[in-house]
Amino acid sequence: MIIVRDAYKSFNGNQVLRGLNLEIREGEMFALIGRSGLGKSVLLKHIIGLMRPDKGEIFVDDQNICSLRGKQLVALRQKFGYLFQEGALFDSMTVFENVAFPLREKTALKETEIRERVLPELEHMGLKKDAQKYPAELSGGMRKRTSLARAMIMQPSIMLFDEPTTGLDPIIGQSILNYIQLCHRRLGFTGIIVTHDVPRVFSIVQKIAMMDAGRIIINGTYDEIVSQDNPEFKQFLSGSIEGPLHYV
Amino acid sequence: MFISCIRGLGRGVLGVLEMLGSYGMFLLTALFWLFGSPLKFRRVLEQITFIGVKSTVIVLLTGAFTGMVFALQVFYALSKFGGEALLGPTVALSLLRELGPVISALMITGRAGSALASEIGIMRITEQIDALEIMAVNPYRYLVVPNMVAAVISFPLLGAFFSMIGIWGGYLVGVKLLGVSEGTYFGEMSNFVDMKDITMGIIKSLSFGLIVSWVCCYKGYFTEFGAKGVGKATTQSVVISSVLILIWDYFITSISL
Repeated sequence: MIIVRDAYKSFNGNQVLRGLNLEIREGEMFALIGRSGLGKSVLLKHIIGLMRPDKGEIFVDDQNICSLRGKQLVALRQKFGYLFQEGALFDSMTVFENVAFPLREKTALKETEIRERVLPELEHMGLKKDAQKYPAELSGGMRKRTSLARAMIMQPSIMLFDEPTTGLDPIIGQSILNYIQLCHRRLGFTGIIVTHDVPRVFSIVQKIAMMDAGRIIINGTYDEIVSQDNPEFKQFLSGSIEGPLHYV
Repeated sequence: MFISCIRGLGRGVLGVLEMLGSYGMFLLTALFWLFGSPLKFRRVLEQITFIGVKSTVIVLLTGAFTGMVFALQVFYALSKFGGEALLGPTVALSLLRELGPVISALMITGRAGSALASEIGIMRITEQIDALEIMAVNPYRYLVVPNMVAAVISFPLLGAFFSMIGIWGGYLVGVKLLGVSEGTYFGEMSNFVDMKDITMGIIKSLSFGLIVSWVCCYKGYFTEFGAKGVGKATTQSVVISSVLILIWDYFITSISL
């Protein structure tokens, strides 16, 4: 379970989080939507402990990640998988080496055992024939799938997805969402998807939260939110310039 | 006016202190991970290949020509007072104590130090370092420590190669071209060169290796603002490393004489 309580964060006087509260239950798939540049990715980095709030608390499985240091933080991070917006693949390594990297670094598995774990994962993601390619030789969708495979290989209990479909065509974007859904069914992780890919993402999540001005302004299931007839949500969904949300 | 000057000066001093503190903390953290956790030998070997093996050709080439031109100049100076017999020891002492460690360090800084800073910088701006942290892999242990260890191993070896090939270059010019006898060249060399001269060169190279890897890793690690930031970090890492090599060389030479 993830609880964000009254989180504040500013960068050079620019207030990004302003008393943000959020609760995500174990095993739940959660979509975090909102306008660009208003702190969704920053929130993900707080949840995984890459950033610390100026004020407030963030609990992951009853542990306050803001107060953890050293080995305790490392131990908690091992529960996480993270899909970066641009993939963050190691460009000096092949697809196989990228996916095998967490196993080589964090387990005592032998090379044959690593192969036995990595190759099925690559096959699952449709990347087996590209195993020896370098990230520079891959398309955007292949990079995202490689990054997804690397994030999944340690079978995390919490997965954070930072704009998994941004920059991809609708078909590849849908295939990425399908992969995420399949992986969620297989591993049962708690997932947070930061995305602008609405309404498509709603089909794979149980709950949706919308963020604006450093706070969560809408939170609930799709049916609950639609029944509220919220003007911000309707404007975001329609992509209209006119409405309560202003161009930033 | 006066108050604003004082404020500006104060800000400048604080900025310098903050920067020095940041460099110091970076080195201390790297040393903590060096001695506090098992070394990643595979990574160290990879980096020795990158910093050391791949710099060998350029170091040998510059070493040979430095020795050759140095022999030419020294022969010209010595011949003014009939001291040509001292060509061998002059070339050897200068290369072993000074030119070998310093010029090889400057060459490696240009070739490998800049690449090191840009590689780590690109890893920073493309979130690869964040990815390491998220996978619970300590970036200091994985990136910084292997580079520092590799540099501290590679610099003395390359410095020794530089001096060796430089002495050979001096031999080519002095003996084969200018007619100094082979026995005089090497005989006088063994009379004048002590073990402490060789040790001094090795100590210099070790410290240059630490300085260059420290500065280049630091600059890469704290790169900001995209491709422009990587370019800036790379340039600064080469300039700062080169200047520090020369300054540190003066101090270490002055206390050792």
